[in-house]
Order: sequence, then structure tokens, then C-alpha cells
Amino acid sequence: MSITIRVPIGPALAIRLMRAGYPWPIMTKAETDNSIPLLEARGLAYTRNDEPIFGPLDFSLRAGEVVLVEGDNGSGKTTLLKVLSGLLDPSMGSIRLNGEALTLARLSHQVALLGHLPGLKSDLSPLENLDFAIGVFGLRGGITTRLALSSVGLEGYEDVPTRMLSAGQKKRVGLARLLLVPAALWLLDEPYANLDREGIDLVNRLLDAQARRGGAALVTSHGAYAFTSGTPRRLPLRPPA
Amino acid sequence: MRYGTTGSACRALIRRDLLLTWRRRGDALNPTLFALIVVVMFPLALGPEPNQLARIAAGIVFVAILLAGLLALDGLFRGDQEDGTLEQIVLSPHPLPLLLASKIFVHWLTTALPLILVAPLLAEMLFLPPQVLPVLITSLALATPLLSLLGAVCVALTVGMRRSGMLLALLVLPLYVPVLIFAAGACDAAQAGLPYLAPLLWLGAALVLSMVLAPLACAAALRISIS
Repeated sequence: MSITIRVPIGPALAIRLMRAGYPWPIMTKAETDNSIPLLEARGLAYTRNDEPIFGPLDFSLRAGEVVLVEGDNGSGKTTLLKVLSGLLDPSMGSIRLNGEALTLARLSHQVALLGHLPGLKSDLSPLENLDFAIGVFGLRGGITTRLALSSVGLEGYEDVPTRMLSAGQKKRVGLARLLLVPAALWLLDEPYANLDREGIDLVNRLLDAQARRGGAALVTSHGAYAFTSGTPRRLPLRPPA
Repeated sequence: MRYGTTGSACRALIRRDLLLTWRRRGDALNPTLFALIVVVMFPLALGPEPNQLARIAAGIVFVAILLAGLLALDGLFRGDQEDGTLEQIVLSPHPLPLLLASKIFVHWLTTALPLILVAPLLAEMLFLPPQVLPVLITSLALATPLLSLLGAVCVALTVGMRRSGMLLALLVLPLYVPVLIFAAGACDAAQAGLPYLAPLLWLGAALVLSMVLAPLACAAALRISIS
């Protein structure tokens, strides 16, 4: 019999308990209390060498939501994702993850970023690349690397060096990584680029599944691809005047 | 749901870097080959006079190994930066200094350890007196990790730039000079029959200090250069 603890606790404490081998499933504040958004940005802006890149932006992202960030080339979409993932510090404003300041993101296994660069070693096979990602980021329950690779349509490519794969197939390996790591928030930078029609469907299916299990995703697009399933919330991004 | 420990993250990084080195094992031998070529040139240029060569042998071996290390240094983060895995490593929930320390350790293991292993051969080619060889190996064992750690901080600072080779050399050489002076000084003292323990202890102290501080500085530098 499994007991679920419904005492709302912060994500930092929840992770400490899980690391200590705490045997019961733990509900964090975000899962129990839907009034706290997974991600919340207030007055968020980024300036590089006195040149404003984006913002100020106000938005929040709740569990189960997929938000499409739309903007032209150079409107700061990639920079926004880097700021939200904690790679860059915002010039102004604040980001809160599960109601706590973002500095926790680096420590709390909450965020997975799929950037422009695939983040794969070309001399290693997809399987070896994913094993490394699991080692560094952890593993979501109920899935294996082989299962993840077959669910992104890469069955039979497990042991091929990644440099032999096409750009679209590399993107799929990146998507398999998202399936494996236990992140509640996905930050996807142009996930539709390089993918065929079937691949675009795959991204939409993965986003659906992520939203259904209580995660959230922020997806950038320059608007060339239609988002087929459902109607995602849109976050228009314009270069600051 | 399994989050993994910091230990398992470091192990995954070490395993991956060793595997990558093994896949490109031809490239991994380049620094050793370079040191060998440099040392072979000296007897050809100075003449095969054993006494003359023996006097400068330790210095030549150190300079050759230092330059070979400098050659390999640029690749420490370059590959990871180009394919985006460096971003993933920085985003990892585990302490970045520890992950970088594992990376520097693998770099030392794959570039500097082969150099220490060929050092007896290099010393033999330059007629280094046999009683100096243990001192040479000990000072190399202390100096090469120190060079890797100091170098890693400078590489982390220049990783965001294109064609950073010359800048890297300029940053690194002032830090390498004291290491070279102490290491070669120990061998000189041993060759002259003087006590050689003090410079070796200085090297050891510097190594301990940089083992603690260099990964932290490296992490801070890396965060700056990828932003």
C-alpha cells in the first residue's frame, strides 16, 4: 500500500527527502496547491552591453500548460530561455520557480533546456549520450534509454555514432533526453526546426504528455510552424523600442 | 524517479570523457609525440656531448612537457562548448566545481600521465644522471596536475572566444613560470648533490591549494564566459 503525504512542502525539502531515500511519494507545493505557478516572471528584462534584448516581460506558467513564445528572428527568444534556465542572470526583474527564487533551479532538477545546439557528443552513440545525460540529470521513473529512443522513432540507431545521424535525428535524440530526465519545466528552443511532418507531430505529442503529467513547457517558434494540437497560450515577444 | 548523487554525476562525466578519449586515441597521443620530437631536436642541435646535455637535461624535459601540456590545454572545454554539452553540464543540478574537477582529472590522466610515463625515456636520451631520475619523476607528478588545474582556469576564461590560442598562452605562461622554476630547481639541486626537498614541498603545497581553489575559480570563469 502506498501512502501519499499531502503536506505541502517546498521543492528544496522534497528533493532533499527523495535523495535521502524517503520511501513515499511526495507532493510538492506546486502539485498540491495550484495557486502557485510553476514559473513566474515579473518585470523580466535582459540587456547586453546597454542594448535591450527583450522585456520587460510579465508572465506565469502553471503546471499542465504549454506556452508558445512567438517572435521574429532577433527578438530575444533564445536569450529569454537562457535567462529562464539560469544560464544568464536577468538584468531586471525576478523569476520564481514554484514560488521560490530561481537560484534553486540549478539545484533542483526542475528545468530541462533543449537549445539550438544538440548537446550531443558526435563520437558517442545516442545510447551513450543519453546515459551521460541520466548520470548528470537523473532519471524519470518507468522509462529506459532504449524505450525513449524507440518512442522518438530512433529504433535501430541506438549504437550508431551520433555524427552519422541527420540534423533531424539528432534533434530526436535531444527529445529522447527530455523524456528521460525528471524535469517539471521544459524550455524548448525551436524544437520544430529540422524536423519532418512526423517529427513535428512527435513534438506535439510529447508536449501533450508533459502537460498531462503535470509538467509545463515553454516553446519558442518564429511562427513558421503551426501548433496542431489544442490551442496553446501565446506569448508574443517584440524587440524593445 | 531517480535524481542521482553528485558522485554518480562525476562518474558519468569521467566515464564519458575517458570513452571520448578512447574513441580518438590517435589524437590523444599528440602531446606525447610533440614532447618526444622537441627533446630529439636538442642533441641534434647542440651535439651529442653527454656532459653538456646532462647539465641541461632536466630543464629541457620540463620545458618540452610544459609546452606539450599547453598544446593539449585548448581542447579541455572546446569540444564541449562547440556541441552544446558544456551548457548541459553548467545546467546540471550538481555542484559545477566538482564536475569540472572530474573533467580536469580526466584531462590530466589522458594528457599529462603519458608524458610522465615517457619522461624516463626523454631523460635517458639527454644523459640525465640516474640518481636525478626519481626527483624528476616526483617533481613531474606534483607539477603536471598543478599545470592542468591552473590551465583549466585560463581555458575557462577564454572558452567563449574564437582563436583564443595566443591569449590563452599569454594568460597561462605567467602562472606556469613559478611551477617551472620550482620543479627544475629541485632537479638542479639533486644533480648538484644539494638538498632538493624544499622546492618539492613548495610544489606539493601549491598543488593542494590549487586542488581546492582552481575548480571553484574555473566554475566562476566558465559561468562568465558562456553568458
